[in-house]
Amino acid sequence: MYNVPNENGRFGEFGGKFVPETLMLPLEEIERALEQALADESFRAEYVYILKEYSGRPTALTFAANMTKQLNGARLYLKREDLNHTGAHKINNAIGQALLAKRMGKKKLIAETGAGQHGVAAATVAARFGMECIVFMGEEDIKRQELNVFRMKLLGAEVVPVYSGNRTLKDATNEAIRYWVQHCDDHFYMIGSVVGPHPYPKMVREFQRIIGDEAKEQFIKREGKLPDVVVACVGGGSNAIGMFYPFLEDDVELVGVEAAGKGVNTPYHAATITKGTKGVIHGSMTYLLQDEYGQIIEPYSISAGLDYPGVGPEHAYLASIGRVRYESVTDEEALEAFQQLAREEGIIPAIESAHALAKAFQIAKQRSKDETVLICLSGRGDKDVQAMMNHLKGESDVAIVRHY
Amino acid sequence: MLQLSAITKTMFIPFLVAGDPHPDITVELALALQEAGADLLELGVPYSDPLADGPIIQRASARALQQRMTLPKAVELVAVMRKKGMKIPIIIFTYYNPVLQLGEESFFALAKKNGVDGVLIPDLPFEESEPIRRLSAETGLPLISLVAPTSKQRIEKIASCAQGFLYCVSSLGVTGIRDTLPAEIDQFLAEVKRYSRVPVAVGFGISTSEQVSMLKNYCDGVVIGSALVQKVEELADRLLQEETKQEALNEFRRYAQMLVAPLGK
Repeated sequence: MYNVPNENGRFGEFGGKFVPETLMLPLEEIERALEQALADESFRAEYVYILKEYSGRPTALTFAANMTKQLNGARLYLKREDLNHTGAHKINNAIGQALLAKRMGKKKLIAETGAGQHGVAAATVAARFGMECIVFMGEEDIKRQELNVFRMKLLGAEVVPVYSGNRTLKDATNEAIRYWVQHCDDHFYMIGSVVGPHPYPKMVREFQRIIGDEAKEQFIKREGKLPDVVVACVGGGSNAIGMFYPFLEDDVELVGVEAAGKGVNTPYHAATITKGTKGVIHGSMTYLLQDEYGQIIEPYSISAGLDYPGVGPEHAYLASIGRVRYESVTDEEALEAFQQLAREEGIIPAIESAHALAKAFQIAKQRSKDETVLICLSGRGDKDVQAMMNHLKGESDVAIVRHY
Repeated sequence: MLQLSAITKTMFIPFLVAGDPHPDITVELALALQEAGADLLELGVPYSDPLADGPIIQRASARALQQRMTLPKAVELVAVMRKKGMKIPIIIFTYYNPVLQLGEESFFALAKKNGVDGVLIPDLPFEESEPIRRLSAETGLPLISLVAPTSKQRIEKIASCAQGFLYCVSSLGVTGIRDTLPAEIDQFLAEVKRYSRVPVAVGFGISTSEQVSMLKNYCDGVVIGSALVQKVEELADRLLQEETKQEALNEFRRYAQMLVAPLGK
């Protein structure tokens, strides 16, 4: 029986609460409120109702007919989280946490964001629930994601640039936590992934498992059986946990895909489980990229959403017990899959999700036609179009032109 | 073993980041603080992601990391300080991850060997500290505990296990310079003192002699970090040049003396 985390927030040796004393009481309050909410049928009903009437759930399960034909192997299915309101799975969690904040009487939200997807989701729910929202974003990411910054402002959020470190997601998270320490009496910290101190990894899993719950039901209805392989990309790992969790006790192969950047044998990657070591980051014991003295190393990936030096503690646990296999995909492979899905299926995926696609395509090719692969298409690629255009122009104009 | 129970006057507990702006200068700054009447030194180990620290100590950490300061080097700096005449107790202030990577047992052994008097880990709350407390008991190096304004019902549990001294976080937030401290701080400190069997020191935000003067009536020690670290930042260029170093050290010492003048140092 899979039953983690325990009452101390531990997934085996991972997880826990490694935070300054000031945050211990706020964390206990959230934990208590979460347990009550999860046991409360009306809370669950409201969450599901808002996901349906506001975000358009359930999201579709799409058979990728053309890709399946082209690869001539296992049949490929896409769980379409890209069809959510705001364009990614992030909204599932944002709605759940906003409802919890409301239940706790907190009307001010704090969020961190890398590419801006979680920031936009947080700003969106803040608008929907009449709350204030302050989003911390690295100055480097602000430059790279101008449109999402404008979106957040349009939605009424305040975006605070972060100038520390490399000025990306890790630093934005540090600053969000520092701000929370100062304002924990009346603010709710809405973390965007299955990372951070207990109860955040559990809470975000509970608000993302709807991906896997829906997908499992849809898949069985469609295929009359469970998928053979389920694939999802892993940065912090919230879409992957959401997708995997309902399959953990089934006879299904689970594959998490990390960002290999320019290659896992170069310094330029974000493959935390593949290459990292055990340590503490953002309040949680997990695998992370660090030097021998415990200083955290800046990761690299073409995908801002996977560009994180840690990983959710539950993934570290699932890797350690061998239940999920973690592999990695380079920028180049992800870019190829990004274009392939667009051309073959008419779906432009988020560059994060393209990492899962690339791995799934490799797997499908090697499997028989009786087998099936289910992929979590965690978000859409609108946010990436500009960057991909610049990237592909730089590399090979021809490659794009050739395919019309 | 850190013995602070015999203190009669409010202690001055300064904080420095090891290696800022250079390891050799840290030793001289420590000696200047001892001369200014410091009763105990908190020696901070620079960390890439100091969650409990505000911008001043973040910048100091970045400077120290550029000097390739590490946890083992910071601990070894204590032995250097001792050789140069540091007599007062020295506490190592470090985030948990560097301790984990060095190995908890190796860290305590190294600290003991180099004459460290205690350890403070700001991101290791009581619930996660069991293995470290065991090592602390084995080696006789106290683990300094923290209580915060949000600790409330946790105060009794934390205070009952406190060793060396108990560190009270003055207000919500990270380290830094604050113009005002919470009005109810006297009640908070009184409550902590009720449960604590060891001296109670207060830190976070204390940066003026007026604040020191107010606080000395309610606690056994004041921790001053960011204000001193900011002064180091200001003086960094002069500290690093041989011809201006002594003058800068004197200025640093006078600044520290001015801040803690109300303690009668």
